[in-house]
Amino acid sequence: MKRSGTWGLLNWALIGATVGALVLASGGVFVARGADPIKIGFGMALTGGLSANGKPALLAVQIWKDDVNKRGGLLGRPVELVYYDDQTNPATVPGIYTKLLDVDKVDLIISGYGTNLIAPLMPIAMERKLTILGMFGLANNEKYRYPNFFQIQPAGPDPQTSTAIGFFELAATQTPRPQTVAIVGADAEYPQNALVGARELIKKFGFKTVYDKTYPPSTVDYTPIVRAIKATNADIVFVASYPPDSVGMLRAAHEVGLQPKIFGGGMVGLQFTSVMTSMGSMLNGVVNYDFWAPEPTMLAFPGIKEFLKEYQARAAKAGVDPLGYYLPPYSYTLVQVLGRAVEATKSLDQQKLADYIRATEFNTIVGRVKFGKNGEWAKGRTLMVQYQKVHGTGIEQFRGPGKKVVLYPEELKSGAIIYPYSAAKN
Amino acid sequence: MVAGLLLGGFYAAVSLGVSLIFGLLDIANIAQPAFVILGSYAAYVMNSSFGLDPILTGLLFTPVFYFLGAVVYRLYYGSFERRGDESLRGLVFFFGVLFIIEVSLSLKYGVDYRLVDAAYIGKSIDLGGVGIAFRLLVPCLVGLAMTLALHLFLSRTFYGRAVMAVSQDRLALRLMGADPVQIKTIAFGVGIAAASLAGALLITIAPVVPSTDRDYIGRMFAITVLGGMGSVAGTLVAAVILGVAESLMATFFGPSWSLAVSFGILLVVLAVRPAGLFGR
Repeated sequence: MKRSGTWGLLNWALIGATVGALVLASGGVFVARGADPIKIGFGMALTGGLSANGKPALLAVQIWKDDVNKRGGLLGRPVELVYYDDQTNPATVPGIYTKLLDVDKVDLIISGYGTNLIAPLMPIAMERKLTILGMFGLANNEKYRYPNFFQIQPAGPDPQTSTAIGFFELAATQTPRPQTVAIVGADAEYPQNALVGARELIKKFGFKTVYDKTYPPSTVDYTPIVRAIKATNADIVFVASYPPDSVGMLRAAHEVGLQPKIFGGGMVGLQFTSVMTSMGSMLNGVVNYDFWAPEPTMLAFPGIKEFLKEYQARAAKAGVDPLGYYLPPYSYTLVQVLGRAVEATKSLDQQKLADYIRATEFNTIVGRVKFGKNGEWAKGRTLMVQYQKVHGTGIEQFRGPGKKVVLYPEELKSGAIIYPYSAAKN
Repeated sequence: MVAGLLLGGFYAAVSLGVSLIFGLLDIANIAQPAFVILGSYAAYVMNSSFGLDPILTGLLFTPVFYFLGAVVYRLYYGSFERRGDESLRGLVFFFGVLFIIEVSLSLKYGVDYRLVDAAYIGKSIDLGGVGIAFRLLVPCLVGLAMTLALHLFLSRTFYGRAVMAVSQDRLALRLMGADPVQIKTIAFGVGIAAASLAGALLITIAPVVPSTDRDYIGRMFAITVLGGMGSVAGTLVAAVILGVAESLMATFFGPSWSLAVSFGILLVVLAVRPAGLFGR
């Protein structure tokens, strides 16, 4: 009996220890679950053609993550980013997002940067009924009409004309009114879309087209194109180009002595710090689309100054665009919108998030954002800026106002246009 | 027409290395455009850090690139050519070199567009009513000088003749007492050294990113094949033909046709003369 009693005591002690350990372990698991991060997954162009923008976009998203985690995370859980390099190659996108969803088990996904990288994500998001925020795509949802897609890009309800609308509206109000237009752009998706929009607007404003051509993206020398445009003596020259062609066109315009009344429009790349600081005073007079400029009207939005301070402090170490005025504020906005939706709905349910985002106007670091038709911004807000009084190639001049004056839209206007182009060139 | 001639001079400069390495040595060095971009970045770094002229940098870096080329060839020879594995595995090797250069540049300098500043960039000279951009004129003249220098090297020097010989009959060269591997190392080094200058010319004309090399692979090999494998004069003539064709099409018929017409010319020439314009 005694022996049996001792054995029983030991047995009970063992059972008690095991149960206790299990309870503690389960408690530990429970605690660990409570602190499990909310995973946000995405592909991003960290190499390849769009990586000059993809890397700053990633930095902006990382800054948001750090901001949120400093405040205690979302729903009491820290935020973790899971991302892969899509190499600016749309073919990698399905594989990346399948891995994110099935292997990494992310809770939320956002798109990578750019139209071509968002397009292959659309069918995946639709099939799995995911809420998806797109980063700077152009008309990605025009054909799908997927209700849970939201685009962070101030193109507005009519993305095709969004790049050119401000340019032609400004041209139409100048005195003497310009009459003839030359339009030119690369044989690539964005420039083609922008040219379609430009043609529509040319008709709307009653201008006469005297030159309408495209060129292959791998063109090396742009002087023959600019010479052909010069020969038409066009009053307005609208260019829809990617960074290397924008530089080539602008240099050629100076070398050939192109003197239209208004020049620019849809030139991608002139917004990038490395290009601005290389082109310097050659930029003067160009009227071009933009999304952000360090003008008083744009710096008035809450949180933007703090964001830029943090971004610029981290940009040098990250080896990315040191100013970050083009894409980073919008990349931050994208996750800001997603985070607000999670906090407001207290949920990671995809449908609840989509319903909330659709119904809400968000106050973000780039201003008020409300989504409309096809998930595009309800109201377009593509800026038209003019480079003015740029001296030399120093970077410091671009940090403050007065170099990229906002001409359009009216509510964000920060200065007057210098017209014609030749008057601003010198 | 003038713009096309200028462009042709530049195309010749970037294609000379391929003409030498692929045309004469029969080594499918796919990584040649990446070496050109490496030359562009050398010019960028020296220009942005010390204000050095990009073309002067290109010239100063030719010994460095020569040495780099010699090392790459020795590696290629030891790993593939000596074993007779050069055809497919060698191609993969050079693809690897291309990606290593690209990724290394991305990691070191980021992926922003890089440009250089020089007194002649953005200025032009008026010649009989035709504005000629110095940004194109200078690379054209340097390209012509490079072509002449390579021609003289191949035709007037012992090593140049040996390079020509190794491309024709390696065994015969060995019987003459010359080491074909040594000669090929020199030729490969010279081809890569040409990339240093070509890269400097490229960044003078247009901004570059590490992946810019991919835009030039097609053109460089097309020019080499059109001119005739290994013919320096043929490379220059082919480069000018492509440059003028691109330029004339861009001016008179719309730029979207320019590349199609250039490669159309290549197809027609190859149909009539499969060895290229100056090929034997």
